Amino acid sequence: MTETRSVVVEREMPHPPEKLWRALTQPHLIAEWLMKNDFVPTVGHRFNLRGDWGGVLNCEVLTVEPNRSLSYTWDFAHDDPAYALKSVVTFTLTPSAKGTHLRMEQAGFRPEQKQAFGGAKAGWQRFFAKLEEVAGRAD
Amino acid sequence: MPDPHDLLFKTLADPTRRGIFERLCSQGEQTVVALTAQAGVSQPAVSKHLAVLKQAGLVRDRHQGRQTHYSAQLAALAPLADWTNRMAGYWESRFDDLEDLLKRMDQ
Repeated sequence: MTETRSVVVEREMPHPPEKLWRALTQPHLIAEWLMKNDFVPTVGHRFNLRGDWGGVLNCEVLTVEPNRSLSYTWDFAHDDPAYALKSVVTFTLTPSAKGTHLRMEQAGFRPEQKQAFGGAKAGWQRFFAKLEEVAGRAD
Repeated sequence: MPDPHDLLFKTLADPTRRGIFERLCSQGEQTVVALTAQAGVSQPAVSKHLAVLKQAGLVRDRHQGRQTHYSAQLAALAPLADWTNRMAGYWESRFDDLEDLLKRMDQ
């Protein structure tokens, strides 16, 4: 059994792709909408996203096409495999009449794990609960 | 207020307990004896795990003679199955912050 799914979120942004690209790739700007980080827009660069909740995501830049596409791994290491996760986040920017169509896809959850039935889902839920906690505090 | 997610996390976080539950999912109804044969732990330990699973609503027991048969209750996993919606919610919220940032960048 493979447990590969993806989450897609899309939004029309009334801003040019170049400006959106800056928000997606400059560390001080990324920190304002996502998490603290040491991102560099270079393929193969390894960096961390640090959540306010203390969690650290291990990431590696996979693709960089300025103003068009950006992808990086989004992994959470944990001693208990039930809580560990591996995924890839891809941002795609498409120029539109109003500005830019932004598409985010997060895909590929622990396809190698046979007992993902309970494990991966439990791991994600734990992770999301923390994320939501943070999101809730920010409101 | 007890969080149903919390209970499911705690219940499925234990690898032995998760193994028992997965066996019930894949092989259908089983007795404690049959589960013990595959679990690698003692029968009292298996019974204890089953009690915890039952408390979380993940298994149901059925008495027949001197044997107790256990079966998985997949419906109890529903709160865990909606993670894609929750993750989408997370990204929607990040996108809200991104939009705010983009407005500020205009200034």
